[in-house]
Amino acid sequence: MAQIALATGFVLILAGLYGALTNRDILRMIVAFTIADTGVNVVLVAVGYMPGRTAPILDAAVPVAVASQRIIDPVPQALVLTAIVIGLGITALMLAYAYRLFRLRHSLDISNFTELKW
Amino acid sequence: MSTLMLGLGLVIALAMVGAAVVALVTRSTVTAVLAAGLVSLFASVFFVVLAAPDVAMTEAAIGSGLTTFLFFFVMGRIRREGEK
Amino acid sequence: MIRKVVIGLMVALLGVAFWTLTSGYVPDAELNRTAAYYAANAESEVGAPNIVTGIIVTWRGLDTLGEVTVLFLTSAIIALVLSQSKTPKGASGAGLLPSGELLVTGARMLAPLIALFGAYVIMNGHLTPGGGFQGGAILASGVLLSLLAEPSRRFGHTVIARIESFSGTFYVLVGLAGMAYAGGFLDNGILPLGRFGTMLSAGAIPLISILIGLKVGAEFSSILESLHETEDA
Repeated sequence: MAQIALATGFVLILAGLYGALTNRDILRMIVAFTIADTGVNVVLVAVGYMPGRTAPILDAAVPVAVASQRIIDPVPQALVLTAIVIGLGITALMLAYAYRLFRLRHSLDISNFTELKW
Repeated sequence: MSTLMLGLGLVIALAMVGAAVVALVTRSTVTAVLAAGLVSLFASVFFVVLAAPDVAMTEAAIGSGLTTFLFFFVMGRIRREGEK
Repeated sequence: MIRKVVIGLMVALLGVAFWTLTSGYVPDAELNRTAAYYAANAESEVGAPNIVTGIIVTWRGLDTLGEVTVLFLTSAIIALVLSQSKTPKGASGAGLLPSGELLVTGARMLAPLIALFGAYVIMNGHLTPGGGFQGGAILASGVLLSLLAEPSRRFGHTVIARIESFSGTFYVLVGLAGMAYAGGFLDNGILPLGRFGTMLSAGAIPLISILIGLKVGAEFSSILESLHETEDA
């Protein structure tokens, strides 16, 4: 299972990168970035997964005494939780800048923005 | 049990990759945004399979809900401006 | 065309690197030392059955404070970027179709329920999956629903800003109280741990969860607000 999840996450990252590099439309580039973002999160969660164990929540089925043999690694999950929230912030920021660029040129095509081209 | 979970994981993984491909190759931006939201939604189901319910909740609420609507806010605004 | 080939080649090289990572990957059989410590001390140190919430709110609470600060900066920058591009006032609300009776009534009925569910998720964050971030996002989606149902309605920017600054200030104050009365910054031992697994337990975790939830909800709401207000300015 962990290998499937890892492979899926990596494929999503690659697909997102390819889309972000080849698309000319700024909005489509942002969409590709969010896909790559999801891929990174899947990879991180997959690294913390261990076969045959349950979620890191202690209850009647997982008493404290045997918790370290029964639960999966909670640290990557905590990391991914923050990464998702920050990901939305980044996406919102990119969209706000995209809107500003649209106001500037009335176009979303990246080839119309050549000031910093070299 | 294990085989069932493995099959479920495989199906979800294929669905995610398929939705991502749709998001990248489609001509319409609206379809692309919706497909990206679908990738997030499948990812949240995948997180449940990977025993991470906390992450699954966050991904469902934020990744596939709010992000998609942010895109539509901006796209609606841009379309309105473009008509002027 | 040569550009696409170069990009494809680059992605393929990266893919090879990822492939070697995936094919040689073996899941750990044992928890590493950090995770084992968290698992063994979740009851005695923080008293939260949900270890992920325990890590986010207490053990790694400083990181969460930093993350909330990043969110605050994001929403401030978005407000700044979009405020420069507002068209002059006067045409506000014009050109928007009025929403139907059904939509408005339904949204008014659902919004309190969504807020209630958000509060539930926040309050049970230390017992079941959930917590400040998820609950905050759910609260923000309630605001989103009202924005969509009644596009011409204005939400008080001041209310959102007040909630934001209030929860941020109290978050830092709770952290400082932890330094003064317990083991360190954001230590939840300032309140009694209570009985393991009940609603009012785990020391200050429910309090900090509420503050994080309010803060995150207010930040997301203000981001949505800013994007929405340019919509019909």
